[in-house]
Formats: sequence, structure tokens, C-alpha cells
Amino acid sequence: MKEGGLIRAVLTSRSLVIGLLLTFIAVAAALVSFLWTPYDHTLADNIANKLQTPSAQHWFGTDQLGRDILSMIMVGARTSIAVAFVAVGIGMGLGVPLGLAAAARRGGLLDEIIMRTNDLIFAFPSLLIAIMITAIFGPSATNAIIAIGIFNIPVFARLTRAGALSLWTKDYVLSARVAGKGPARISFEHILPNITNLLIVQGTIQFSLGILAESALSFVGLGAQPPTPSWGRMLTDSQTLIYIAPHTALFPGFAILLTVLGLNLAGDGLRDIFDPRIRRTGR
Amino acid sequence: MGIYVVKRLGSLLISLIVASLVIFFALEVVPGDPASFMLGLNAQPDTVAALRAELGLNEPLPQRYASWISGMAVGDFGTSYTYRTPVEGMFADRLVISLPLALYALSLTVLIAFPVGIWAATKRGSLTDVTVMGATQLGIAIPNFWFGVLIVIAFAINLQWFAAGGFPGWDEGFFPAMKALTLPAVALALPQASILARVMRSSLLDTLGEDYIRTARAKGLTRRQALWRHALRNALIPVLTIIGLQFSFLLAGGIIIEKVFFLPGLGSLILQSISQRDLIVVKSAVMILVFAVIFVNFLVDLAYAWVDPRLRRGR
Amino acid sequence: MSLLTIKNLALSIHGTPILKDVSLSIAPGEVCGVIGESGSGKSLTALAILQLLPDGSECSGAVHLDKADVLAASEADLCKMRGNDVGMVFQEPMTALNPLQTIGAQVAETILIHEDVSKADAMARAAETLERCELANDRFPLTRYPHELSGGQRQRVVIAMAIALRPQLLIADEPTTALDVTTQAEILRLLKRLVDEDGMGLMLISHDLAVVTNIADHIVIMRNGEVVERGPAATLHKTMTHPYTRALFEASSHQPDGGAVPEERPLLVVEDVVRDYPLPRKSLFGAARKFRAVDHVSLEIRKGECLGLVGESGCGKSTLTRAILGLEPLQNGRILLDGQDVHREPSARAKMQVVFQDPYGSFNPRHKVGRLVGEPFFQLDRAAGEGEIDDALVSVGLAASDKHKFIHEFSGGQRQRIAIARALIIRPELIVLDEAVSALDVSIRAQILDLLADLSKRFGLTYLFITHDLSVVKVIADRVLVMQAGKIVEAGETAQIMDAPREAYTQELMAAVPRLPKG
Repeated sequence: MKEGGLIRAVLTSRSLVIGLLLTFIAVAAALVSFLWTPYDHTLADNIANKLQTPSAQHWFGTDQLGRDILSMIMVGARTSIAVAFVAVGIGMGLGVPLGLAAAARRGGLLDEIIMRTNDLIFAFPSLLIAIMITAIFGPSATNAIIAIGIFNIPVFARLTRAGALSLWTKDYVLSARVAGKGPARISFEHILPNITNLLIVQGTIQFSLGILAESALSFVGLGAQPPTPSWGRMLTDSQTLIYIAPHTALFPGFAILLTVLGLNLAGDGLRDIFDPRIRRTGR
Repeated sequence: MGIYVVKRLGSLLISLIVASLVIFFALEVVPGDPASFMLGLNAQPDTVAALRAELGLNEPLPQRYASWISGMAVGDFGTSYTYRTPVEGMFADRLVISLPLALYALSLTVLIAFPVGIWAATKRGSLTDVTVMGATQLGIAIPNFWFGVLIVIAFAINLQWFAAGGFPGWDEGFFPAMKALTLPAVALALPQASILARVMRSSLLDTLGEDYIRTARAKGLTRRQALWRHALRNALIPVLTIIGLQFSFLLAGGIIIEKVFFLPGLGSLILQSISQRDLIVVKSAVMILVFAVIFVNFLVDLAYAWVDPRLRRGR
Repeated sequence: MSLLTIKNLALSIHGTPILKDVSLSIAPGEVCGVIGESGSGKSLTALAILQLLPDGSECSGAVHLDKADVLAASEADLCKMRGNDVGMVFQEPMTALNPLQTIGAQVAETILIHEDVSKADAMARAAETLERCELANDRFPLTRYPHELSGGQRQRVVIAMAIALRPQLLIADEPTTALDVTTQAEILRLLKRLVDEDGMGLMLISHDLAVVTNIADHIVIMRNGEVVERGPAATLHKTMTHPYTRALFEASSHQPDGGAVPEERPLLVVEDVVRDYPLPRKSLFGAARKFRAVDHVSLEIRKGECLGLVGESGCGKSTLTRAILGLEPLQNGRILLDGQDVHREPSARAKMQVVFQDPYGSFNPRHKVGRLVGEPFFQLDRAAGEGEIDDALVSVGLAASDKHKFIHEFSGGQRQRIAIARALIIRPELIVLDEAVSALDVSIRAQILDLLADLSKRFGLTYLFITHDLSVVKVIADRVLVMQAGKIVEAGETAQIMDAPREAYTQELMAAVPRLPKG
């Protein structure tokens, strides 16, 4: 693909442009929150100020303690993004080498063990893993990361193995073997570079699933603990207020929705660009 | 066919044994002494010793595992420390809510996803296709518990068609009970239906590009006939895999949705037990859910063989 | 009166012109061969007759089938026509059948779609049709599924579906390309018999002139979406005027200049080699089963010789190739290259290199040509020198500057040259050519064969040429080995094997090879 062709492909993919834009906003909000938020999110600004509807002073209104919801959403973005990002890192960091190893020893004992373990983890819905971990170690953001990360490992291991298996049948891998290269060298020289596209696309999808999972865990109280703000717990707090202040439920929900939507759209757009089969048919 | 079923049954059993070992060791061995863990830091030594004896913790590990498993096999799940009642009784009360909820949501998922996915595939590239696929993107991105809150605001608070939460019990009759489960089932089903509709569409489009569809068209079948007679059944194979995975999401997702709708199901029992450190309940509840997931995957494997003759000959 | 008339057919897909001014006609009972290389537009011409073109296609000109105007027909009329008046057979029998339906149901469907008959009647007629296509009902009942049949048998099912209603015209698009040469001969005989029995017209599309020449009445040669030559099959090699036709005839029988002169000393010695694959157990307690892919094979290649190893798919030649390359463990015997055991002394492997069939799958798309060509130096524990890469590229007819390009910038023929450069760069003694020209169009194939002969002479190379294509072996090999079911059934000088084979299997194989009339 020529350089100009790549840029044009990125720009003409509507879903990629919208997706990257939404993702950028979420990440920017998280980063900006370290330096500046409209109000201090930790302290109740003024209890008399509680449950204000959106206004010029408080764009998204205030919560039951009078805290500015926009500020809390900005700081909450940090938690969501950090948890999901590290969880993807765990999944890739362990899953990809395992998948490569399984494919390099395809049909062997190692392959069998890795794939059976994967199947086992898949038999536990991610939420159940989280529940078990919190039951053992107590709820915290770290444990949420571990729970989501563990579930990411088999996802990447399977994807890597499947992609690598099809590459192992390629003639260029055979000629590398004829040249005397070993499985490890072939995996990193010939296999890994040719599945990075797959991994990037899956990475964005797991990132978005991680944000959903983190918000679900903190919604039921198994994620980040107070005073760390998180989108999921903001929704828990708002649940008792929906009769009197429905806006407290709206904005954190939209924050989750738009971030996840952005990542999914970006992932779809990337897949279209990477997969020439789809691009040629022009959609 | 017989060999295939036997093989699948064998792997079902192995999965169950391994999963039970993982759960047992994770929840009973890793946290240290469960008795003092359950009683908290300030427990008296003699209370701890009494609980240890009651829980059978003085016996060796393999024996404890064996008695847990054999107990469950005959329906004896142990006694909850917090409530001092048999766990199996508590589960029975909760499962009659959680299981129908998951099945209700699964039916909704399939009933929405199949027509939508097929419809979008037949209209590929048209405005309807683009709109429907855009809508499914939203459906996937929406957190189901937030969607639950939104439909409560819309249908319970504003329109007052449904109650905002709670469960009347099956004694009140089938329809009132189902009505109480409707909003939770919808909240659970929407994201899954969006995923399944997309899978259905892309699987169908892949199949429509296969050589045998061209063969069928060369025989004189219309586009529609080729789709219904040849493409659909072939497209079903990847869809079945996703449905199997989704059932486990629906069961686990119920834990969260039950909180939104104040349903006294298995999920709320689990959350409650965690906060009360009632590990006996957590352990057995997780095992039940994992059993359900593994069993559903077994059913999916059987469904494969029903769809695909290549699998029936045992291989 | 002709059955099918195509006049000035032009086709564009999404605005890109594909076919230009194609005209041809087929009379009842006539076989019309359409020849062209990949991309010549021959398959799209066939699909245009059925109007099963890809989305975004636009046709102009005229296609008449027995008076009916195909281009003007409604979709409903076209559906009535397809399968009833025109049947079609496609190239790939492995994927042309629905894997989830029985063969009986699929053949009967043709009848049920077009005629108002009961399902039982349709099934009875399907059984009859399959018998006509030489699939005996007692061995291949209607309840069989496609995965239980071989490629040739599946192609018979596809043909049965196409002729179930005795259409006036049958279109066969590369019907034998995916099949072995003996199966190919059977399928061609079957098609010819059906044409004679039913008096239907047959449009036989192929890239292989020799396949078509023997059964076609007329031949049409296409190139770049145009008809460049046409004429009666029997005399075309005398009447041809277009240079491309001449190139086709010459390329098919192209004889490269001789390569190196073989010495007496053996370079590669294969001694009593056995390779077994474990098979899954039939039941949990059944005995471990194995499949013997290579069954006590011995052979020798002299230095400077070109040895052809031929056999049909599944005969074990690929396994033997990988064993020689040291990539497969052996259960018995040994392989010596220049006196060194390939499996025990890895340094022996630096004396041989390999060129594979698929010019598209042979290179890592992420590396530049220079790095790709230099890869074999890994065996010598040093990096390739710039000069060595340049030399290798130049010696296969490419420019030294090509090393800075990526592989997707090259055509199939150029890629095969790069593959040869990679095999050549560490100056091996032996080059294993695994179907190395099978994926190439005939004209490019001739160039590559010339290059191989030239390189052999210049560098004193020894070749092991593995292929299913006897016409290639005939022109390049000094000696030929014939392999069947893991064993070498016959070995001899090329001329002897080709013209006077001794073993029954070799005779059958040679009889099945399509031959061109001498030009």
C-alpha cells in the first residue's frame, strides 16, 4: 500500500474518522483532567448546590453531594481507560506469546494444554472471574484489571494461534525453515509482523469491551472504590435518584456509550482498511 | 453420530471436573483459612475453631473436595454461614427467577437478531442496511445496566406500563411474572441481539459468496431461493457458536441486571454473599453458573452435528 | 442454425472495461473450445451468457440463445432459462456443492425448480442422471454427502446437476483444472459422450490448449477481453495468424536448450525412506493407526542432472520433497546429500535450496526483496553482501535496484524469478523445484524453463523437478520417476517413460496426457 493510499483510505472511512474522533475526546478528557477540571471533583462544592440540572455553571449538572458531574466524568475517564488499557496489555502480553507458541508446536502437547486452558477460561463468563477474584482479594480497580485481563488472554491466544496457523502453511515459512531458522525466530520474523493488523483490530474491540466490563463491575460495587470516581459507580448512585434527578443517570451513561462506540467504529474502520478483500469491493 | 455424542459428553465431564477443581482451590485454598476469613479479623479463636469443625476444614483437602462434589451431585450444597439455612434451598428460590430471565432474554435475542440480520444481508449496501447496522453499533456500545435504567425511566416512570422493579413470584400467575421480567430481559437482550444480528448478516454475506451459491443460481434458483435453501443453513454454523457464548453472557449479565430491577435472583444472592463473605454460597453459585455454561456449550456442539453432516461421522 | 450467438459483446465492471467486442457462436451438438490465460475474460463471457455477473457489471452487444435475447430478458425469464436451457459446470468441484445437502437432493433440485413433479419423481430422475454421469447408484446412493466423494466424483455430481434437464447448451468453465490427469481424461470423455447423446452444444473453457484441442470442433482464443483467433480445431495449428496463438502452440511444446551435462557421481542419494503419519484413532481403545505417505523409496540424482518426479495428488511426492529438505522426520532409511546425512548434519542443508509453486505465497509481504533473497545466508551464519544480492537478481533477469521494492510490486512470473534468485544466492548444488512452474501461464512458463536450463549450464546446478504436469517434465527432465501411493512404480530415461512406459499405471498416465497436434 502506498503512503498516499493509506491516508486516503483512512479519511474515506467514515466509521474510522468518527471512531477515532470519539476515542480522542475520551482520552483527551482523561488527560486534561490531570491538569484541570471545571470544579474539584472530590469535595462537595456546596451541599446546597446538590442535584442541579444542567446550567451554564454546571454543564452536566451536579450530583447528590453537589459535585460537578462534568468534572467527575472527566476524572472517571481515567479509571475506565486505564483499567481497560492495562487489561488489553495483559491480554496481549500473555495471549500473543502463548498463541505463537501453540501454533509453533501445533498438534503437540503444549498446543493442547494452552488451548484446553483457554477453553476453560471461556467457560467462566468474565463477570464470574471478577466475582471470584473480588471474593478472594476484595474489590478494587487492580482486581478489576486482573479479572478483565485474564479474560483477554484466551481471546488473544486464540486469535494469534488461528492467524499463525494459517501463516505456518505459507511457502515463505517453509523456505525460512529450509534456511534453517527455528520456530521462535520464524514466529517473530515471519508470523508476528503478518498478524499485527489482526491484533490491532482485536485490541480496539477488547479495549471497548474492557470499558464496558469495568463500568459493569463498578456498577455492582466490585470495581474501583470511593473516592476514585468511576462511570459505573456514578450510575449506581444515580439509580436511586431517577425519579427526582434523571440527568445524573444520563451523562455517565453517554460517556460510556460514546467511548465504546468510538472504539468499535475505529476497530471496524481499521479492519476495512487492513482487509484488502473488503476494500476492493468498495462497500 | 453416537461416537460424536459420547466424545462430547466426555469432554463435558472433563470440563466440569477441571472447572470444579479451579473453583474449589480458588475459593477455598487461596484465601487462607476460610473460617477466620469469613468471621473477620476480630473473631474469637474458639468461634473460628467451631466454624472450622462445622465446615469440615480439619479434614484433608481431597476429602473436602470429594464431599463438596458428591454433595452437589445429590443436591446437598452445604449450609450458608450467614443464614444458617441449606444453600440448595436458597438457590432454588433464586434460580426460578434467574434461569427464566436468561432464557427469556435469549429468545428475544434470537427473535430480534435473525430477521434483522437476514434482512440487512438481503439489502446489502442499501440505506436500510446502513441504518440497521448503525443501530446495531449503538446497541453493542450501550451498557445493558444503563439501558435498563433508561427503559425504567421511559416505560415505568413516564409511561407507567411496567413496574420499575421487583418480582411478584410465580404464584401470582405466569403473565404477571413474565411482565415483571420483560424490561430486564429487554435490557439484557438488546446488546446481545445487536451482536448476533451483525454476526448473522456477515456470516450470511460470506456464505452468499460461496461457489455453491453460484452453482445453485446456475441451476435456476432465484437469489431469494438460493439464500433460503442453501445459504441460511450454512450461515448458521458460526451463528450457533455465538449463541452458545451469549447464553453465558446472559446468565452472568443477569447478576447486574437483577440489581437494576431489584430482582431477588441468583445474581443478587452472589453479590450479597460476597459482601457477607459467605464463601460457601459463592463457591456453589459460581459452580452452578459454570455448569450451565458448559452444558449449553455441549448443546451447541450437538446442534453443530445436527446442522453439519461432516461432523456426524464421529471424526 | 446456431444455438448460441454472441455478437459484439462488451462488458464493464464498475466502469472498467473487461470484455471488448466478443463474438462467437455454437451450433447444437458442437463443442466450442474457448482458450485464454487468467484474466483473458473467458470466464466472464460464460457468466454473461447466464447473466450471473458480479455486481456493477454492464453488458452491451447481443447474446441470443435459440432466438431468446438474453441481455433483454427479465430476471424471472433468466431463472427459467438457467438450469433448463443452459447448464453450467464450474472449476472447483470441492466447493461447488452445498456441504450440508445430499447429492441426490442437489441434483433433484434442478428438476424441482423447473418442473412441477413430485419429490419422489425428481429423486428417481436424479438417480438416473447420476448413472448417466457414471456414478453408479449402488456405490454412490443419493444419500451421500459431498464430503464423502473425491474431487472427480464431485465434478460428476456437478455435471449431473447441469444436465439433469437435458439443456440445449452446457458451459464448462475449466472443469478439469483442479483434477488429476487421469480423472481429467475421464471427465472429458464423459462430457463428450453427453454432447453426442443429447445433441447439446458445449462451451468448453480452458487455459490449456491441449485439453480442448482433442474434443473441440471449434476453437476461440481470447486475450485481454478480446477474441484474437478462431477456427476449426483440427486445422487451427496450420491456419493461425495471430502471434499470440503461435506463442501458445509453441509454448506448450517449448523445448529449452539443454542444461548442464550430468556427471557420473551421485549428488543426492535417498535410501529406503519411509514416512508415516499418525492417524486419529477410530475409537477410544482402537489400535494407533498410521498413514504411510512414503513407502520404502530409494532414488539417486547425479550431479548436473535434472530428475523429474511425477505423480498425481496424494501420491506422496510433496512429503518426499519435504523429507529431502530435512523438514520431515523419517521412520526408516536415510537421505545423503554429497555424502552428508541431511537429517543428522544440518550443514548439509546449505547445499540445497527450494522453489515453491505459489508465486504469491512464497514471500513474506512485509520484507523487501533484498532481505527476502538474502534469507538463505542464515545457514552460513552471515548476512548477504549487497553484491551477492545484486548478482543473484541480475542472473535471473531482474535489475539490481529491484531489491529495494516490496514483493507485491511484481507479477507472478517475476516473483518466480525472485524465488529462483533466492534459491541460487548461496550457490547450492541442488535446487528442488516443487511444482515451480505449475501456477504460471504457458508463455511465462516457457521463459522460466529457459532460465532454469541456462542457470543449470552456467552454475552446474542439479535439479529435482517435482510436478503433476507431464508436459513440463517431458521438456526439461533427463530422467523421470513415477510415483504412486507412496512408491516409485517406474523409473527411466524421459523418452522411454514418455513413449514406451512399461508399468500399467504409467501407461494409463501417459494415455491420459492431452497432446497437441504437431505444428
